[in-house]
Amino acid sequence: MLKNRIIPCLDIKDGRTVKGVNFVDIKDAGDAVELAEKYMEQGADELVFLDITASSEKRKTRVELVKRIAARISIPFTVGGGIASIQDVSDLVFAGADKISVNTSAVLRPELISEIAREFGSQCVVLAVDTKYVSGSWQVYIHGGKTPVPLKTIDWVRQAESMGAGEILLTSMDHDGIKNGFALDITGRVSEKVNIPVIASGGAGTMKHFRDLFTRTQATAGLAASIFHYGKISIPELKHYLKTNNIQVR
Amino acid sequence: MIAIIKYNAGNVRSVQNALNRLGYESIVTDREPLLRNAQKVIMPGVGEAASAMKYLKNRGLDVVIKSLKQPFLGICLGLQIMCRSTEEGNTLCLNIFDARVKRFPPQGRIPHMGWNDFESISGPLFEGIDIRDNVYYVHSFYAEPCRQTSAVCRYIVPFSAAMQKDNFFATQFHPEKSGSTGEIILNNFLRL
Repeated sequence: MLKNRIIPCLDIKDGRTVKGVNFVDIKDAGDAVELAEKYMEQGADELVFLDITASSEKRKTRVELVKRIAARISIPFTVGGGIASIQDVSDLVFAGADKISVNTSAVLRPELISEIAREFGSQCVVLAVDTKYVSGSWQVYIHGGKTPVPLKTIDWVRQAESMGAGEILLTSMDHDGIKNGFALDITGRVSEKVNIPVIASGGAGTMKHFRDLFTRTQATAGLAASIFHYGKISIPELKHYLKTNNIQVR
Repeated sequence: MIAIIKYNAGNVRSVQNALNRLGYESIVTDREPLLRNAQKVIMPGVGEAASAMKYLKNRGLDVVIKSLKQPFLGICLGLQIMCRSTEEGNTLCLNIFDARVKRFPPQGRIPHMGWNDFESISGPLFEGIDIRDNVYYVHSFYAEPCRQTSAVCRYIVPFSAAMQKDNFFATQFHPEKSGSTGEIILNNFLRL
Protein backbone atom coordinates (compact mmCIF):
# COMPACT_ATOMS: atom_id res chain seq x y z
CA MET A 1 0.00 0.00 0.00
CA LEU A 2 1.16 3.54 -0.76
CA LYS A 3 2.50 5.15 2.41
CA ASN A 4 1.86 8.59 3.82
CA ARG A 5 5.03 10.64 3.66
CA ILE A 6 6.80 12.57 6.40
CA ILE A 7 8.89 15.36 4.92
CA PRO A 8 11.31 17.54 6.88
CA CYS A 9 11.72 20.95 5.33
CA LEU A 10 15.02 22.75 5.41
CA ASP A 11 14.78 26.48 4.91
CA ILE A 12 18.15 27.50 3.57
CA LYS A 13 19.91 30.82 3.97
CA ASP A 14 23.59 31.15 3.04
CA GLY A 15 23.90 27.34 3.07
CA ARG A 16 22.59 27.09 6.66
CA THR A 17 19.22 25.77 7.77
CA VAL A 18 17.08 28.41 9.41
CA LYS A 19 13.60 28.57 10.85
CA GLY A 20 11.24 31.47 11.40
CA VAL A 21 7.85 31.93 12.98
CA ASN A 22 5.02 33.12 10.72
CA PHE A 23 7.65 33.68 8.01
CA VAL A 24 9.72 36.15 10.10
CA ASP A 25 12.07 36.09 13.13
CA ILE A 26 14.62 33.75 11.57
CA LYS A 27 16.99 31.59 13.65
CA ASP A 28 19.88 29.30 12.71
CA ALA A 29 19.11 25.56 12.88
CA GLY A 30 22.24 23.87 11.52
CA ASP A 31 24.24 22.79 8.45
CA ALA A 32 21.96 21.79 5.57
CA VAL A 33 23.85 18.73 4.34
CA GLU A 34 24.36 17.34 7.86
CA LEU A 35 20.71 17.79 8.73
CA ALA A 36 19.61 16.23 5.44
CA GLU A 37 21.74 13.16 6.10
CA LYS A 38 20.47 12.87 9.65
CA TYR A 39 16.86 13.00 8.53
CA MET A 40 17.44 10.46 5.79
CA GLU A 41 18.96 8.04 8.30
CA GLN A 42 16.03 8.60 10.64
CA GLY A 43 13.54 7.59 7.94
CA ALA A 44 12.44 10.84 6.31
CA ASP A 45 10.53 9.94 3.15
CA GLU A 46 11.65 12.96 1.18
CA LEU A 47 13.37 16.25 1.83
CA VAL A 48 12.41 19.74 0.79
CA PHE A 49 14.92 22.57 0.56
CA LEU A 50 13.54 26.04 0.30
CA ASP A 51 16.11 28.73 -0.41
CA ILE A 52 14.45 31.63 1.32
CA THR A 53 16.95 34.17 0.12
CA ALA A 54 17.34 32.86 -3.40
CA SER A 55 16.10 35.88 -5.28
CA SER A 56 18.69 38.21 -3.82
CA GLU A 57 21.70 35.88 -3.85
CA LYS A 58 23.84 34.28 -6.46
CA ARG A 59 22.22 31.18 -7.89
CA LYS A 60 25.55 29.36 -8.26
CA THR A 61 25.79 28.98 -4.49
CA ARG A 62 22.53 27.12 -4.49
CA VAL A 63 23.52 24.83 -7.37
CA GLU A 64 26.70 23.92 -5.47
CA LEU A 65 24.71 23.14 -2.34
CA VAL A 66 22.28 20.97 -4.34
CA LYS A 67 25.23 19.04 -5.76
CA ARG A 68 26.61 18.42 -2.26
CA ILE A 69 23.22 17.26 -1.02
CA ALA A 70 22.58 15.04 -4.05
CA ALA A 71 25.91 13.30 -3.58
CA ARG A 72 24.93 12.21 -0.09
CA ILE A 73 21.15 11.67 -0.14
CA SER A 74 19.44 8.50 -1.42
CA ILE A 75 15.85 9.73 -1.02
CA PRO A 76 13.99 12.19 -3.24
CA PHE A 77 14.53 15.86 -2.70
CA THR A 78 12.79 18.99 -3.82
CA VAL A 79 14.41 22.37 -4.23
CA GLY A 80 12.53 25.64 -4.26
CA GLY A 81 12.97 29.34 -3.81
CA GLY A 82 13.12 32.03 -6.46
CA ILE A 83 12.98 29.63 -9.41
CA ALA A 84 11.72 31.63 -12.35
CA SER A 85 13.00 30.11 -15.59
CA ILE A 86 13.61 26.83 -17.37
CA GLN A 87 17.33 27.59 -17.05
CA ASP A 88 17.04 27.72 -13.25
CA VAL A 89 15.17 24.40 -13.29
CA SER A 90 17.64 22.81 -15.66
CA ASP A 91 20.64 23.87 -13.52
CA LEU A 92 19.06 22.36 -10.41
CA VAL A 93 17.84 19.14 -12.02
CA PHE A 94 21.26 18.51 -13.51
CA ALA A 95 22.81 19.27 -10.12
CA GLY A 96 20.68 16.43 -8.74
CA ALA A 97 17.34 17.87 -7.57
CA ASP A 98 14.45 15.47 -8.16
CA LYS A 99 11.66 18.00 -8.02
CA ILE A 100 11.43 21.75 -8.32
CA SER A 101 9.07 23.80 -6.26
CA VAL A 102 7.73 27.01 -7.78
CA ASN A 103 5.63 29.62 -6.08
CA THR A 104 5.82 33.37 -6.81
CA SER A 105 7.09 33.01 -10.37
CA ALA A 106 4.27 30.58 -11.21
CA VAL A 107 1.65 32.99 -9.90
CA LEU A 108 3.17 35.82 -11.93
CA ARG A 109 3.51 33.63 -15.04
CA PRO A 110 1.48 30.40 -14.81
CA GLU A 111 2.91 29.11 -18.14
CA LEU A 112 6.10 28.34 -16.21
CA ILE A 113 4.29 25.29 -14.80
CA SER A 114 3.51 23.84 -18.21
CA GLU A 115 6.98 24.71 -19.50
CA ILE A 116 8.68 22.78 -16.69
CA ALA A 117 6.20 19.90 -17.03
CA ARG A 118 6.83 19.65 -20.76
CA GLU A 119 10.60 19.73 -20.39
CA PHE A 120 11.10 17.65 -17.22
CA GLY A 121 7.76 15.92 -16.63
CA SER A 122 4.92 16.73 -14.26
CA GLN A 123 6.56 14.71 -11.48
CA CYS A 124 9.24 17.40 -11.39
CA VAL A 125 6.87 20.31 -10.72
CA VAL A 126 5.74 20.98 -7.17
CA LEU A 127 3.45 23.98 -6.91
CA ALA A 128 4.05 25.64 -3.55
CA VAL A 129 1.16 27.76 -2.36
CA ASP A 130 1.31 30.08 0.63
CA THR A 131 -2.20 30.74 1.79
CA LYS A 132 -3.89 32.82 4.46
CA TYR A 133 -7.50 33.10 5.55
CA VAL A 134 -8.61 36.65 4.80
CA SER A 135 -12.16 37.99 5.10
CA GLY A 136 -13.91 34.70 4.57
CA SER A 137 -11.69 32.95 2.05
CA TRP A 138 -8.24 31.37 1.62
CA GLN A 139 -6.13 33.73 -0.48
CA VAL A 140 -2.80 33.18 -2.21
CA TYR A 141 0.27 35.12 -1.10
CA ILE A 142 3.57 35.50 -2.94
CA HIS A 143 7.06 36.92 -2.26
CA GLY A 144 7.54 34.68 0.76
CA GLY A 145 4.15 35.56 2.19
CA LYS A 146 4.59 39.32 1.87
CA THR A 147 2.25 40.08 -1.00
CA PRO A 148 -1.41 39.06 -1.33
CA VAL A 149 -2.67 38.37 -4.84
CA PRO A 150 -6.31 38.37 -5.98
CA LEU A 151 -6.42 34.61 -6.36
CA LYS A 152 -8.37 32.06 -4.35
CA THR A 153 -6.31 29.06 -3.25
CA ILE A 154 -8.80 26.51 -4.58
CA ASP A 155 -8.93 28.16 -8.01
CA TRP A 156 -5.15 28.42 -8.20
CA VAL A 157 -4.40 24.78 -7.32
CA ARG A 158 -6.94 23.56 -9.86
CA GLN A 159 -5.46 25.76 -12.54
CA ALA A 160 -1.96 24.57 -11.64
CA GLU A 161 -3.04 20.92 -11.84
CA SER A 162 -4.54 21.50 -15.29
CA MET A 163 -1.26 23.12 -16.40
CA GLY A 164 0.78 20.10 -15.37
CA ALA A 165 1.79 20.52 -11.72
CA GLY A 166 2.58 17.07 -10.28
CA GLU A 167 2.10 17.89 -6.62
CA ILE A 168 0.83 20.68 -4.37
CA LEU A 169 2.78 21.91 -1.33
CA LEU A 170 0.22 23.85 0.65
CA THR A 171 1.44 26.09 3.47
CA SER A 172 -0.99 27.84 5.74
CA MET A 173 0.66 31.08 6.82
CA ASP A 174 -1.81 31.33 9.68
CA HIS A 175 -0.53 28.04 11.06
CA ASP A 176 3.17 28.21 10.12
CA GLY A 177 5.45 28.07 13.17
CA ILE A 178 2.51 28.20 15.62
CA LYS A 179 2.45 24.43 16.33
CA ASN A 180 -1.33 24.28 16.77
CA GLY A 181 -1.86 21.70 14.04
CA PHE A 182 -2.15 21.72 10.25
CA ALA A 183 -4.84 23.79 8.54
CA LEU A 184 -7.22 20.86 8.16
CA ASP A 185 -10.03 22.77 6.47
CA ILE A 186 -8.14 24.23 3.51
CA THR A 187 -5.89 21.15 3.24
CA GLY A 188 -9.01 18.98 3.14
CA ARG A 189 -10.64 21.10 0.48
CA VAL A 190 -7.55 21.35 -1.69
CA SER A 191 -6.94 17.60 -1.51
CA GLU A 192 -10.55 16.94 -2.53
CA LYS A 193 -10.40 19.32 -5.46
CA VAL A 194 -7.23 18.05 -7.10
CA ASN A 195 -6.21 14.55 -8.14
CA ILE A 196 -2.47 15.09 -7.60
CA PRO A 197 -0.73 14.48 -4.26
CA VAL A 198 -1.00 17.22 -1.64
CA ILE A 199 1.70 17.94 0.94
CA ALA A 200 0.40 19.85 3.95
CA SER A 201 2.74 22.30 5.61
CA GLY A 202 2.56 24.70 8.52
CA GLY A 203 1.46 24.13 12.07
CA ALA A 204 2.74 20.68 13.04
CA GLY A 205 3.48 20.72 16.77
CA THR A 206 2.59 17.26 18.02
CA MET A 207 2.38 13.73 16.67
CA LYS A 208 -1.39 13.91 16.94
CA HIS A 209 -1.37 16.76 14.43
CA PHE A 210 0.01 14.35 11.82
CA ARG A 211 -2.60 11.76 12.75
CA ASP A 212 -5.33 14.36 12.32
CA LEU A 213 -3.89 15.37 8.97
CA PHE A 214 -3.89 11.83 7.59
CA THR A 215 -7.25 10.80 9.05
CA ARG A 216 -9.20 13.99 8.39
CA THR A 217 -7.87 15.09 5.00
CA GLN A 218 -6.72 13.36 1.85
CA ALA A 219 -3.24 14.89 2.03
CA THR A 220 -0.65 12.17 1.47
CA ALA A 221 2.31 13.97 3.02
CA GLY A 222 2.99 16.17 6.01
CA LEU A 223 5.86 18.63 6.01
CA ALA A 224 7.42 20.21 9.07
CA ALA A 225 10.61 22.01 10.02
CA SER A 226 11.14 23.28 13.54
CA ILE A 227 9.69 20.30 15.42
CA PHE A 228 12.32 18.13 13.72
CA HIS A 229 15.18 20.68 13.82
CA TYR A 230 14.83 21.32 17.53
CA GLY A 231 14.22 17.67 18.39
CA LYS A 232 10.70 18.21 19.68
CA ILE A 233 9.60 15.12 17.76
CA SER A 234 11.90 12.60 16.12
CA ILE A 235 10.92 10.99 12.84
CA PRO A 236 11.21 7.41 14.19
CA GLU A 237 8.91 8.12 17.14
CA LEU A 238 6.44 9.95 14.89
CA LYS A 239 6.31 7.00 12.50
CA HIS A 240 5.93 4.55 15.35
CA TYR A 241 3.04 6.61 16.73
CA LEU A 242 1.32 6.77 13.34
CA LYS A 243 1.72 3.01 12.80
CA THR A 244 0.16 2.25 16.17
CA ASN A 245 -2.73 4.49 15.09
CA ASN A 246 -3.20 2.42 11.92
CA ILE A 247 -1.84 5.08 9.60
CA GLN A 248 0.26 3.70 6.80
CA VAL A 249 3.82 4.98 6.90
CA ARG A 250 7.15 3.55 5.80
CA MET B 1 32.93 0.51 -15.72
CA ILE B 2 29.18 1.05 -15.58
CA ALA B 3 27.64 2.92 -18.50
CA ILE B 4 24.62 5.11 -17.94
CA ILE B 5 22.76 5.77 -21.15
CA LYS B 6 22.63 9.44 -21.97
CA TYR B 7 19.32 10.50 -23.38
CA ASN B 8 16.95 13.37 -22.88
CA ALA B 9 15.61 12.19 -19.56
CA GLY B 10 16.41 13.99 -16.35
CA ASN B 11 17.89 12.30 -13.34
CA VAL B 12 21.07 10.79 -14.71
CA ARG B 13 23.02 12.39 -11.88
CA SER B 14 21.02 10.65 -9.12
CA VAL B 15 21.93 7.29 -10.59
CA GLN B 16 25.56 8.30 -10.90
CA ASN B 17 25.57 9.57 -7.31
CA ALA B 18 24.04 6.30 -6.09
CA LEU B 19 26.72 4.30 -7.93
CA ASN B 20 29.43 6.50 -6.42
CA ARG B 21 28.07 5.87 -2.93
CA LEU B 22 28.22 2.12 -3.62
CA GLY B 23 31.81 2.44 -4.84
CA TYR B 24 31.26 2.03 -8.58
CA GLU B 25 32.63 4.29 -11.28
CA SER B 26 30.34 5.19 -14.13
CA ILE B 27 30.19 7.17 -17.33
CA VAL B 28 27.22 8.83 -18.94
CA THR B 29 27.29 8.16 -22.65
CA ASP B 30 25.27 7.59 -25.81
CA ARG B 31 28.24 6.19 -27.76
CA GLU B 32 27.83 2.63 -28.96
CA PRO B 33 31.41 1.36 -28.32
CA LEU B 34 31.33 2.57 -24.71
CA LEU B 35 27.95 0.95 -24.15
CA ARG B 36 29.09 -2.32 -25.69
CA ASN B 37 32.26 -2.46 -23.59
CA ALA B 38 30.66 -1.55 -20.28
CA GLN B 39 30.32 -4.27 -17.63
CA LYS B 40 26.78 -3.11 -16.90
CA VAL B 41 24.44 -0.67 -18.61
CA ILE B 42 21.81 1.40 -16.84
CA MET B 43 19.03 3.30 -18.58
CA PRO B 44 17.53 5.68 -16.01
CA GLY B 45 14.72 7.95 -16.81
CA VAL B 46 12.15 10.42 -15.92
CA GLY B 47 10.51 12.21 -18.76
CA GLU B 48 8.23 11.49 -21.63
CA ALA B 49 8.18 8.20 -23.53
CA ALA B 50 7.65 9.41 -27.09
CA SER B 51 10.53 11.91 -27.01
CA ALA B 52 12.77 9.40 -25.21
CA MET B 53 12.12 6.75 -27.90
CA LYS B 54 12.71 9.32 -30.63
CA TYR B 55 16.05 10.27 -29.09
CA LEU B 56 17.13 6.63 -28.90
CA LYS B 57 16.00 5.86 -32.46
CA ASN B 58 17.70 8.92 -33.93
CA ARG B 59 21.01 7.61 -32.60
CA GLY B 60 20.35 3.95 -33.45
CA LEU B 61 20.41 3.15 -29.75
CA ASP B 62 17.15 1.20 -29.94
CA VAL B 63 18.95 -1.46 -31.98
CA VAL B 64 22.13 -1.27 -29.87
CA ILE B 65 20.26 -1.72 -26.57
CA LYS B 66 18.42 -4.82 -27.75
CA SER B 67 21.66 -6.44 -28.84
CA LEU B 68 23.52 -5.87 -25.56
CA LYS B 69 24.61 -9.01 -23.72
CA GLN B 70 25.79 -7.64 -20.35
CA PRO B 71 23.39 -7.06 -17.42
CA PHE B 72 21.14 -4.13 -18.31
CA LEU B 73 18.89 -2.19 -15.93
CA GLY B 74 16.08 0.14 -16.99
CA ILE B 75 14.64 2.41 -14.32
CA CYS B 76 11.14 4.00 -14.30
CA LEU B 77 10.66 5.39 -17.83
CA GLY B 78 13.51 3.02 -18.70
CA LEU B 79 11.27 0.06 -17.78
CA GLN B 80 8.37 1.49 -19.75
CA ILE B 81 10.30 1.96 -22.97
CA MET B 82 11.60 -1.61 -22.68
CA CYS B 83 7.97 -2.77 -23.05
CA ARG B 84 6.03 -3.36 -26.27
CA SER B 85 4.21 -0.03 -26.40
CA THR B 86 3.01 2.78 -24.21
CA GLU B 87 -0.15 4.85 -24.16
CA GLU B 88 2.05 7.86 -23.47
CA GLY B 89 2.14 9.51 -26.87
CA ASN B 90 0.92 6.19 -28.40
CA THR B 91 4.51 5.06 -28.73
CA LEU B 92 5.94 1.80 -29.96
CA CYS B 93 8.80 0.87 -27.65
CA LEU B 94 11.77 -1.51 -27.56
CA ASN B 95 9.63 -4.66 -27.21
CA ILE B 96 12.01 -6.46 -24.86
CA PHE B 97 9.19 -7.19 -22.41
CA ASP B 98 5.87 -8.44 -23.68
CA ALA B 99 3.74 -5.86 -21.86
CA ARG B 100 1.76 -2.79 -22.73
CA VAL B 101 2.18 0.38 -20.71
CA LYS B 102 -1.06 2.11 -19.76
CA ARG B 103 -2.11 5.23 -17.92
CA PHE B 104 -3.40 4.68 -14.38
CA PRO B 105 -7.20 4.88 -14.27
CA PRO B 106 -8.38 8.02 -12.41
CA GLN B 107 -9.59 6.15 -9.30
CA GLY B 108 -6.66 7.45 -7.30
CA ARG B 109 -4.20 10.30 -7.21
CA ILE B 110 -1.91 10.42 -10.21
CA PRO B 111 1.08 10.29 -10.28
CA HIS B 112 1.58 7.28 -8.03
CA MET B 113 4.08 9.14 -5.89
CA GLY B 114 5.78 7.88 -2.77
CA TRP B 115 6.85 4.70 -1.00
CA ASN B 116 5.08 1.43 -1.66
CA ASP B 117 5.70 -2.22 -0.80
CA PHE B 118 5.32 -5.35 -2.94
CA GLU B 119 2.68 -7.98 -3.58
CA SER B 120 5.32 -10.37 -4.83
CA ILE B 121 9.04 -10.42 -5.57
CA SER B 122 11.31 -12.93 -7.30
CA GLY B 123 14.67 -13.15 -8.98
CA PRO B 124 18.20 -11.99 -8.21
CA LEU B 125 17.43 -8.26 -7.82
CA PHE B 126 15.35 -8.97 -4.71
CA GLU B 127 17.78 -11.11 -2.76
CA GLY B 128 17.67 -9.90 0.86
CA ILE B 129 14.46 -7.91 0.27
CA ASP B 130 11.15 -8.53 2.04
CA ILE B 131 7.81 -7.86 0.33
CA ARG B 132 7.04 -5.42 3.16
CA ASP B 133 10.07 -3.28 2.29
CA ASN B 134 9.21 0.01 0.61
CA VAL B 135 10.67 1.60 -2.49
CA TYR B 136 10.06 4.99 -4.05
CA TYR B 137 7.81 5.44 -7.08
CA VAL B 138 6.80 8.40 -9.16
CA HIS B 139 4.92 7.58 -12.35
CA SER B 140 1.59 8.05 -14.10
CA PHE B 141 1.89 5.08 -16.45
CA TYR B 142 2.41 1.42 -15.53
CA ALA B 143 3.35 -1.84 -17.24
CA GLU B 144 0.70 -4.54 -16.97
CA PRO B 145 1.91 -7.69 -15.29
CA CYS B 146 3.16 -10.18 -17.90
CA ARG B 147 5.26 -13.35 -17.96
CA GLN B 148 8.47 -11.31 -17.53
CA THR B 149 7.19 -9.57 -14.41
CA SER B 150 9.50 -10.32 -11.47
CA ALA B 151 7.84 -8.10 -8.85
CA VAL B 152 4.31 -6.80 -8.49
CA CYS B 153 3.18 -3.65 -6.70
CA ARG B 154 -0.41 -2.51 -6.30
CA TYR B 155 -1.60 1.05 -6.76
CA ILE B 156 -5.18 1.31 -8.05
CA VAL B 157 -4.29 -1.82 -10.08
CA PRO B 158 -1.55 -4.45 -9.77
CA PHE B 159 1.37 -3.54 -12.02
CA SER B 160 4.94 -4.62 -12.83
CA ALA B 161 7.25 -3.23 -10.15
CA ALA B 162 10.13 -5.08 -11.79
CA MET B 163 10.71 -7.15 -14.91
CA GLN B 164 13.38 -9.49 -16.18
CA LYS B 165 14.16 -11.28 -19.40
CA ASP B 166 17.61 -12.84 -19.84
CA ASN B 167 20.17 -10.08 -19.17
CA PHE B 168 17.51 -7.35 -19.20
CA PHE B 169 16.27 -6.09 -15.83
CA ALA B 170 13.98 -3.19 -15.09
CA THR B 171 12.36 -1.51 -12.12
CA GLN B 172 9.41 0.86 -12.15
CA PHE B 173 10.56 2.27 -8.81
CA HIS B 174 13.71 4.32 -8.35
CA PRO B 175 16.29 2.18 -6.52
CA GLU B 176 18.63 5.19 -6.51
CA LYS B 177 16.04 7.11 -4.48
CA SER B 178 14.86 4.27 -2.27
CA GLY B 179 17.23 4.62 0.67
CA SER B 180 18.87 1.48 2.03
CA THR B 181 16.35 -0.88 0.36
CA GLY B 182 17.20 0.66 -2.99
CA GLU B 183 20.91 0.30 -2.29
CA ILE B 184 20.49 -3.45 -1.70
CA ILE B 185 18.61 -3.81 -5.01
CA LEU B 186 21.19 -1.77 -6.92
CA ASN B 187 23.99 -3.76 -5.33
CA ASN B 188 22.27 -7.01 -6.32
CA PHE B 189 22.24 -5.78 -9.91
CA LEU B 190 25.83 -4.55 -9.81
CA ARG B 191 27.04 -7.92 -8.48
CA LEU B 192 25.40 -9.92 -11.31
